[in-house]
Amino acid sequence: MTLDELKPGQGGVIEFVGGEGALRRRLLDMGLTPNTAVTVRKVAPMGDPIELFLRSYVLTIRKEDAAKIRLKEGEGKR
Amino acid sequence: MKYLLALAGNQNCGKTTLFNCLTGSNQHVGNFPGVTVEKKEGQIKRQKDVTIVDLPGIYSLSPYTSEEVVTRDFILKEHPNAIINIVDATNIERNLYLTLQLMELGLPMVIALNMMDEVRASGNSIDVDVLSQHLGVPIVPISASKNEGIPELIETVMKVLRSKENQMKLDFCTGAVHKAIHSIAHIIEENAKEAGFPLRYAATKMVEGDEPTRQALHLKESDLHIIEHVVADMEESLHTDREAAMADMRYQYIDQICKGCVFKHQETREQIRSEKIDRILTHKYFGIPIFLCIMLVIFVLTFNVLGTPLQELLESGINVVTGWLNDFLVKIHVSEWLRSLLIDGACAGVGSVLSFLPLIVLLFFFLSLLEDSGYIARVAFVMDKLLRKIGLSGRSFVPMLIGFGCSVPAIMATRTLSSDRDRKMTIILTPFMSCSAKLPIYGMITMAFFPKHAGLVMFSVYVLGIIVAIISGLILKSTLFKGNPVPFVMELPAYRIPAAKSVLLHMWEKAKDFIRKAFTVIFLASILIWFLQSFDWSLNLVSDSTNSILASIGSVIAPIFIPLGFSDWRASTALITGLTAKETVKSTLSVLTGAATDLQLSSVLQTIFTPLSAFSFLAFTILYMPCVAAFAATKRELGSMHAALLSSLYQTGMAYVVATIIFQVGRLLGLG
Repeated sequence: MTLDELKPGQGGVIEFVGGEGALRRRLLDMGLTPNTAVTVRKVAPMGDPIELFLRSYVLTIRKEDAAKIRLKEGEGKR
Repeated sequence: MKYLLALAGNQNCGKTTLFNCLTGSNQHVGNFPGVTVEKKEGQIKRQKDVTIVDLPGIYSLSPYTSEEVVTRDFILKEHPNAIINIVDATNIERNLYLTLQLMELGLPMVIALNMMDEVRASGNSIDVDVLSQHLGVPIVPISASKNEGIPELIETVMKVLRSKENQMKLDFCTGAVHKAIHSIAHIIEENAKEAGFPLRYAATKMVEGDEPTRQALHLKESDLHIIEHVVADMEESLHTDREAAMADMRYQYIDQICKGCVFKHQETREQIRSEKIDRILTHKYFGIPIFLCIMLVIFVLTFNVLGTPLQELLESGINVVTGWLNDFLVKIHVSEWLRSLLIDGACAGVGSVLSFLPLIVLLFFFLSLLEDSGYIARVAFVMDKLLRKIGLSGRSFVPMLIGFGCSVPAIMATRTLSSDRDRKMTIILTPFMSCSAKLPIYGMITMAFFPKHAGLVMFSVYVLGIIVAIISGLILKSTLFKGNPVPFVMELPAYRIPAAKSVLLHMWEKAKDFIRKAFTVIFLASILIWFLQSFDWSLNLVSDSTNSILASIGSVIAPIFIPLGFSDWRASTALITGLTAKETVKSTLSVLTGAATDLQLSSVLQTIFTPLSAFSFLAFTILYMPCVAAFAATKRELGSMHAALLSSLYQTGMAYVVATIIFQVGRLLGLG
């Protein structure tokens, strides 16, 4: 499953980060690397972007970009 | 000996606060050569020989944003003697990611571990000595907002500057990445030396596939071939690609060292508090209404509750001074034209603009509160989807919000946008956000026509600008700027109480700017206008300004504005002089109507405009092309005169159409 499919309050562990160029590099630089635990905290009032919690800080990304981040099956989700 | 220091760190880690602590008011703002990323520079307190440069807030040294490139270039080309890397202790993992990259640049470094007070207060701890040993970099725990640890930091930095030793450890790579970095370092050694690049830095950048570095190294085709082969080998053995491999390696190393020295049992109080605050401020249903309420409260406070009394106070002060000067001039029998030049020209013009200083200072006070508290990032989060509809991202909202203060810094702030397309669109749309220099005009019109509904009229004027910006965004998105919106990956920093010093410095900077503008551009413009309206074409002093040079120029263009409902030459003339600086619209009208006080001006205005045409005049004023300073910024940021002229033409055209619609529709509805 991918990161955008999580509901607020659910978490997972990153398996793979897709995308390309500036977007992908930025996702990696911000700490969205494989094996990192991520929780979805909330969804913005208009339904997008989403608020993530990882590496003890809060990050916001858009759903379409979150869809490029694949999570490990059967780990973390609460 | 003179030293140059670079201050580098993530966004939102207290970098500006630390910079202010270190330099006090000994700072000046400029630009990095060739680009318009802001460069702040200052002397460290009590260390006159040490200059420190505040580099842009960045998370990495990737080649994708201009801030990151500027930082790389500054360190590689200006050769600072040392780097102060400020690290947010509450968020140490992600902050150290930049630290590892800065270390590769091979310069002496000191880490200022900020917000240690918050870490301790929440029962967590960081073993600074162990961390320092792991990195081989001296670390000084500080709290920039409480001004703690600053003398120790300066002392450590001075020690590092004087000693020649460098204990820095760079062996933070493992396995396949380690092998690749070292093999490549071997191949590029000579080229890196020639290009003046630290070897380790150049090697990791080649592993990452960094295009600017590859070009700067001028490698032979055969060497490039070998490097690509080495990287392909690494990618194969790690089952991942080069960029992910490097990012992963850095974060793994950070995790490993943090295990032994960062003891985190729970989130900090500030983080817990932020989560609670966000439950309300970014709430599903209340988030947007709350944002609008906050803006409304700021406007009411600025324009009615606090601003107006302060403004009246300043105005009466200015009147007293003008009165003294006038009495003095009469007493020493200076010629009538000189007295008129000083009193009706200079004093009237500068005075009427200067009286708006309280409003500008207040507005910037609130804007910097929003920015420094961390709320602006939430605004971007809440508004992103909306802005995406007009082809922008939530990040564009921040420059646009600054646009309410002044278009010039707003246009400059578009530099933080990483996409060229978003940047250009934001630059064109930002001037529709009514800037504070236009306040005198609104004040003048509302006082004369809508005294009881000042706040409401002001609000509607701002909303009109926003609506026009949205329509323009939709037009631009589907014509000139087709393409993909920028990646939106943004940190939401913990809410913090803004440091008084930063807010005050920011206000002082803006006040200084405004006062300088009043006594230079506006002073000259006032005198020029006084000249044009006091003399006729054969340079005779005229008693009635309707015979003046300005009147004849204004009369020629005046008919253009007939569809908009105002054809008085003084109105059209004011719009022209407003191009020098928007405040001049008011000062021009004061001078042209010979009104000495705001009350007199109001009554003259009532003969020039009807309430409807006054509103149409307001609409035109907020939308038409920005002042010369903003135009210059637009030209610089868009990169060509042609593009800047097109942008201005578009804005003025839009203003004309909208004001015409307002007047004509209003007339049909029987409002005029």
